[in-house]
Amino acid sequence: MNDVLDVALRLLIVFAVFMVVPLVVGQAEHKVMAHMQGRLGPMYAGGFHGWAQLVADGVKFVQKEDVVPAEADRRIFQLAPAVALLPYLLVIVAIPIGPGEGAVGQVVDAGIFFVLAVMGVGVLGSLMAGWASANKFSLLGGLRTAAQLLAYELPMLLAAASVAMAAGTVSLPGILDAFEWWWLPWQIVGALVFFVAGLAELQRPPFDMPVADSEIIFGAYTEYTGLRFALFLLAEYAGIVVLCALTTVLFLGGWHGPLGDDGLGWVWTLLKTGVLAFVVIWLRVTYPRLREDQLQKLAWTTLIPLALAQIALTGIVKVAIN
Amino acid sequence: MLAATAGHPGFLSPTGVEIAFVLVGIVTLGAAFITVTTRQLVHAALWLVVALGGLAVEYLLLTAEFIAWVQVLIYVGSIVVLLLFGLMLTRAPIGHSPDADSGNRWIALGVAGASAIALVWVVVDAFRTTWIDLDGPAQGSTDATGAFLFRHWVLPFEALSVLLLAALVGAIVLSRKDREDKS
Repeated sequence: MNDVLDVALRLLIVFAVFMVVPLVVGQAEHKVMAHMQGRLGPMYAGGFHGWAQLVADGVKFVQKEDVVPAEADRRIFQLAPAVALLPYLLVIVAIPIGPGEGAVGQVVDAGIFFVLAVMGVGVLGSLMAGWASANKFSLLGGLRTAAQLLAYELPMLLAAASVAMAAGTVSLPGILDAFEWWWLPWQIVGALVFFVAGLAELQRPPFDMPVADSEIIFGAYTEYTGLRFALFLLAEYAGIVVLCALTTVLFLGGWHGPLGDDGLGWVWTLLKTGVLAFVVIWLRVTYPRLREDQLQKLAWTTLIPLALAQIALTGIVKVAIN
Repeated sequence: MLAATAGHPGFLSPTGVEIAFVLVGIVTLGAAFITVTTRQLVHAALWLVVALGGLAVEYLLLTAEFIAWVQVLIYVGSIVVLLLFGLMLTRAPIGHSPDADSGNRWIALGVAGASAIALVWVVVDAFRTTWIDLDGPAQGSTDATGAFLFRHWVLPFEALSVLLLAALVGAIVLSRKDREDKS
């Protein structure tokens, strides 16, 4: 009975994290963008900086009519938001936030592969949405999503492979156990490649060509309204959380910190993840959108060679210290 | 693979894992069947996702965790995305696409049946009544798979990578040829 309780409790916590943290990141994005652009936005709802506006937004989304276009492929159109969102829930299960088995939803032996594989499935949601909407803007958005994913999946995998080589394991808690502070300069190129490729996979600015609002309205999500649209937005924020947490775990040492590793390790993880999430938002406000050809060029001629160089460096150092 | 025999439990009184294995197998087979019979192209690609995902679950049930996630990563994450990309670039209408039928239905069925029989025959003949000990250390863990692959099967592995490289180079050569002809 204790085992069942343990599993239920873990799942409950993971689900709570999944429901809360992406919303916090979403709210942070509104506020950070507002302040960076010198405007305030809604400031009154709930008192402090208008935090309750988020709740109001949620209520608004729920109340909206759920429209399915007449020409659309109904079932695929309605299934797409779930396919886009659920993979991130699964990924959060495997991410360790502190030392020991108590601080991870489920220890997965081939953690890196699990995480990257399941994240890749989420993109199918965008493709399904793009195709099933029966709208040419949606279709263009879906095409751009697919092209972008195909280009950026490889550098992301190579960068993650470099860390796995360094640690000698593909399990996420195992990588953290093997972490030393000097990995940070050693793997810094891989970290940059991973983070940039991850941003592109999430279609965050400056890689938001698939949803470029000035050209194709909102890409694959053009026809969505109400709750299903909100689910896509939630998937985007959950994606940011997952990407930042993964970069933290793989490259920034996760729960390792200058002090208080044992008791307060999870604070370090959350802190690093939060700082990275801030960077993601910051990039959105500062950089213009990359054009499609620039996007492909960056992946194939810059990121992949860099990732390969990182793997070579990892291999040389690894052999040298053995 | 490295299936150590753990006694012979027999086919009656199956365990929960075995029942799950058979059920997932049925779902996978059903999805694969719909993939080749549906008249809607994109639906076929999406049912392929179900079939390939079911296969990954089967690997998981056989404790081959690493193989399972690689299956999801490569097939669901990349091959199906590539397929959908191709379908969207060409013509994939919502609803039926009757012109996509090539008329080779019966030949295809024959080839598929023959290869299925050959594969089932080979696998059954190779493993017969070997049982995986699910309670012991995982025999399909990343560690075991890696050691096995790079100690016992390293030559076929390298041969395969050379073959794939040749295919890659061939694809590039084929796709560049047209441009040179025009100029």
